[in-house]
Amino acid sequence: MTKARPHFSRKLLAIPYAVFLAIFVIAPLLIIVYYAFTDADGGFTFKNIATFFSGSGSDSFFASAQFKTILQSLFISFMSTLLCLLISYPVAYIIANCKLKNKTWLLMLFIVPTWVNFVLRINALKELLEWIGIYNKSNGWNLFNTILGMVYDFLPFMILPIYTTIIKIDKSYLEAARDLGASGAKSFVKITLPLSKAGIMSGVSMVFLPSMTNYVVSNYMTFNHTKIIGSFIDECFKNDLWNMGSVTALLLLTLMFLMTWATGGFNAQEDANRRGTSLW
Amino acid sequence: MDKNKTKIIELIDVCKDFDGVSVVENMNLYVRKGEFITLLGPSGCGKTTTLRMIAGFEMPTGGKILLNGQDISTLPPNKRPVNTVFQKYALFPHLNVFENVAFGLKLQRIEKTYTDKKGKTKTKLEKLPDDVIAEKVKNALEIVDLTGFEKRSVSTLSGGQQQRIAIARAIVNEPEILLLDEPLGALDLKMRKEMQLELKAMHKRLGITFIYVTHDQEEALTMSDTIVVMSDGSIQQIGTPEMIYNEPKNTFVADFIGESNIFSGVMAKDFEVRFCGKAFVCLDKDFEPNEPVDVVVRPEDVKITSPADGQLKGKVTSVIFKGIHYQILVQCGRYEIEIQSTSAPNVGDTVGLTVQPDGIHVMKKKFRVNKFSGVITKRNTVEFGDGEFECDVTQLYPGSRLDEEGYLITAKGEKLDLTDTEVNVEVGLHDITMSDNEDEGGAQGHIISLIYKSEYYRYIVRTENEEDYVLACEDLWNENDRVSLIIPKDKIKLTLKVAEGKKV
Amino acid sequence: MVKVKTSLKWLFIGLIILFIYAPILLLTIYSFNKSELITSWEGFSWDHWKYFFDMDNQPLPIVLQTLLLAVVVATLSTLLGTVGAIGIFYSKKRSSSVLSGINQIPVINAEVVTAISFAFLVVALNIPKSTYIPLVVGQMVLCTPFVVLSVIPKLKQMDNNLYEAALDLGASPTKALFSVVIPQIMPGILAGFMLSITLSLDDYIIAAYTKPNTFQTISTHIYGLAKGGTVNTIKSSYWAFTAIIFFLIVLAVVIMNIRAHKKGGKKQ
Repeated sequence: MTKARPHFSRKLLAIPYAVFLAIFVIAPLLIIVYYAFTDADGGFTFKNIATFFSGSGSDSFFASAQFKTILQSLFISFMSTLLCLLISYPVAYIIANCKLKNKTWLLMLFIVPTWVNFVLRINALKELLEWIGIYNKSNGWNLFNTILGMVYDFLPFMILPIYTTIIKIDKSYLEAARDLGASGAKSFVKITLPLSKAGIMSGVSMVFLPSMTNYVVSNYMTFNHTKIIGSFIDECFKNDLWNMGSVTALLLLTLMFLMTWATGGFNAQEDANRRGTSLW
Repeated sequence: MDKNKTKIIELIDVCKDFDGVSVVENMNLYVRKGEFITLLGPSGCGKTTTLRMIAGFEMPTGGKILLNGQDISTLPPNKRPVNTVFQKYALFPHLNVFENVAFGLKLQRIEKTYTDKKGKTKTKLEKLPDDVIAEKVKNALEIVDLTGFEKRSVSTLSGGQQQRIAIARAIVNEPEILLLDEPLGALDLKMRKEMQLELKAMHKRLGITFIYVTHDQEEALTMSDTIVVMSDGSIQQIGTPEMIYNEPKNTFVADFIGESNIFSGVMAKDFEVRFCGKAFVCLDKDFEPNEPVDVVVRPEDVKITSPADGQLKGKVTSVIFKGIHYQILVQCGRYEIEIQSTSAPNVGDTVGLTVQPDGIHVMKKKFRVNKFSGVITKRNTVEFGDGEFECDVTQLYPGSRLDEEGYLITAKGEKLDLTDTEVNVEVGLHDITMSDNEDEGGAQGHIISLIYKSEYYRYIVRTENEEDYVLACEDLWNENDRVSLIIPKDKIKLTLKVAEGKKV
Repeated sequence: MVKVKTSLKWLFIGLIILFIYAPILLLTIYSFNKSELITSWEGFSWDHWKYFFDMDNQPLPIVLQTLLLAVVVATLSTLLGTVGAIGIFYSKKRSSSVLSGINQIPVINAEVVTAISFAFLVVALNIPKSTYIPLVVGQMVLCTPFVVLSVIPKLKQMDNNLYEAALDLGASPTKALFSVVIPQIMPGILAGFMLSITLSLDDYIIAAYTKPNTFQTISTHIYGLAKGGTVNTIKSSYWAFTAIIFFLIVLAVVIMNIRAHKKGGKKQ
């Protein structure tokens, strides 16, 4: 047997997937860049970006529809992420530290609903709001309902990564902190919280971008009244404003890369955990 | 040892159960101020649990722990003037070296008395000033020889360096007691030897009490002022390293500390013990005449002589060079004797062996016979020690016999139903045999201890409900083997607990 | 540990569970409503359930074809992803990290961006949507990265000597791969497959951009119904469907737990 053969053959297995990624992931992104920088005739231009960042007619950019959408999106996204975090952290912490023998069982209770079709779930929430009587009542309610929908949809994806990091914290760290004179609350603030940062980051990035773009939730929860960046892109596509849609998509891509960079690059394991691979 | 020093820690009847399983039983122990004391024992003997109770991570299920005479049994760990060096160091991964060492200092609050504007004296709690913390951290790092490591991340440190930081983090708080839980376990041999000496030097310099946990007997002998040998949740012996080594209290200690030849013998009279078929002069007295005893002889206390001069005569079966000495095995009839000597005979030589009186350690036999409480069943078998065995019930009443229905007919012709009669059961060490076959014996258990006694191994087998059988067997089994225990019918000695069985 | 009253803790957990399950429970109850309105209870009836289970009505065939799509997509994704994961794992460090990096893009990218960019590609390559190719490949873009992510950790856990031992004992590289490596990473492959199924079933956005006009998945169908905002029978029959899935999932979890419990008991 030649020396190189066994390794050689295993490496080759990467080729089909590499081709797949090149054609179906990289190429589409390049097309977005292309549309963002070309006009209707295919000539290179910055006009699309200029149009996006300027108002229509005499109004400034800050009065434009896209600015309002961005602002609204950011607000919804920020609030949803914050609420998710405020709910998820205690839930994850309580489950991870409870004395039950079968903690995963309790955790499952929070994850199981994600196996129900996402549109069905959002539909169910909408029906509940209608039943209570706060569906599609006013702009304020619409905003509230959108945030509620995002939280409802993304909560499990925040609980999971936080839980996995908390459960992995070596108990001896906490013992060491107690030993060195820290009270229970102090050792939580000084040890548990910083050591679960990775889970929080992962959870935040799991909720932040989707709650800015998942237009199914916003449309559903507000009877198409509340616009977010996602719905803006969708409408651009449907109305054949491909160049404008591409500029917005490019903006989101930039945001995505910035966030990934800020949270310390790609962490494959965390990302896999987000969707609950560890549970199967 | 300085007897005048005060007791800093005292454990009184301390017990600890985990889910009903007893880990530490009725522990009584005190530690003098400034002492270097080591809890030594095999894994699972309860030494770490004891340490964790002193640290406050575990609450005792019974008894009291006194610190300077005050009960601290229920005090949380952050309120105890005690710091721990953890087995795997437990250095906080998100903090650098300085932050790790300063962790405890930053939490300290000192009472400050001051006079306010109105002239009233008030006390308030103040944090340590930053420069004081920096100075203390610097000193602590100096003590562990890691000056200048403040900014390093703990993940970049080697095992030995992490170990030193863990020590610095604990001593910087100037605890009254430093607890060390197998702190050198993760280091390689050379590093471990170095750290042993350094820790001992550090102990001298700091003058605080060290409580050290290890399963390494050599480590314990090297470092400690006092060694506490533990086994199976209780203390076997407390003493200086010399005492523990030279005067082991029982065969467990003799076997665990150093190498030893352990023989079964008989104390013929004061200052004379018989073992290996010969009588030896010894330094022990006050035994019952002909009391069976265990005799421990260290391999280095056996001298090789010419066959004519020896108290014992035997054939050399193996010679192994060990660096400083040779390990020599000599077969004297049924007995195999280990000897350490700087000169080596040839394998196959016939040699004589002598042992001086001060090399012979006689100890009371802990296990001479297995005693149980049992109950006779309907089938005239006996239940005891977590098992059921066939037995001869007629021995309960001299001259009695069994009728066809299983009733006992006494010598006087009385008919007795023995069902549920409570009896005392005695079984000799040599009357129990072990088997791999689950169903063969009357009880099943795991081997929890074995000691080689020159002509046989002494085993302790523990059943699921913590009943212990002690037995002797020539074959070698392994610790934790699951075995079934076989006792021949005629070897089970029964006596009545209360006077009479039920009359029919 | 932070000391908060135990009862307070469980009250909090209880409230969140209520929040998560209330909508699904409400739909389960109202699936037995005579009326199609969620706002008024007009008596018990099986109407919605009957409507749902009638093959002549839209919902059931759509559910079945969504399931079929999910199985096809998950199978293809699992094959591609497993092979890809093995390839990436044994590649040189640089190419392996580049591929893993690209693999992350569909995972963290906003779904709408993935969808719109993919739709552009479909237009550029001029593939008719009626061929189903855009739909299947589009969902594969979504699912395959997760298969890779669930398989790679198993490869990392695997003792590398196993493969070499197989070669040493005379197995060919292919044989060694199938008889040693694949069985070792099987849990990861299965997890990837299950994850792909749920992702495909869940997907609305990709499907909306790539599906043939005549084809509906559960997601696109319900979303389309809601858009009209009208109260109708089809919509309320999906309440019954929600109840069914919910029951099935609860059943699956309970069974899984009982089995895990039994296994655990035996070990002890």
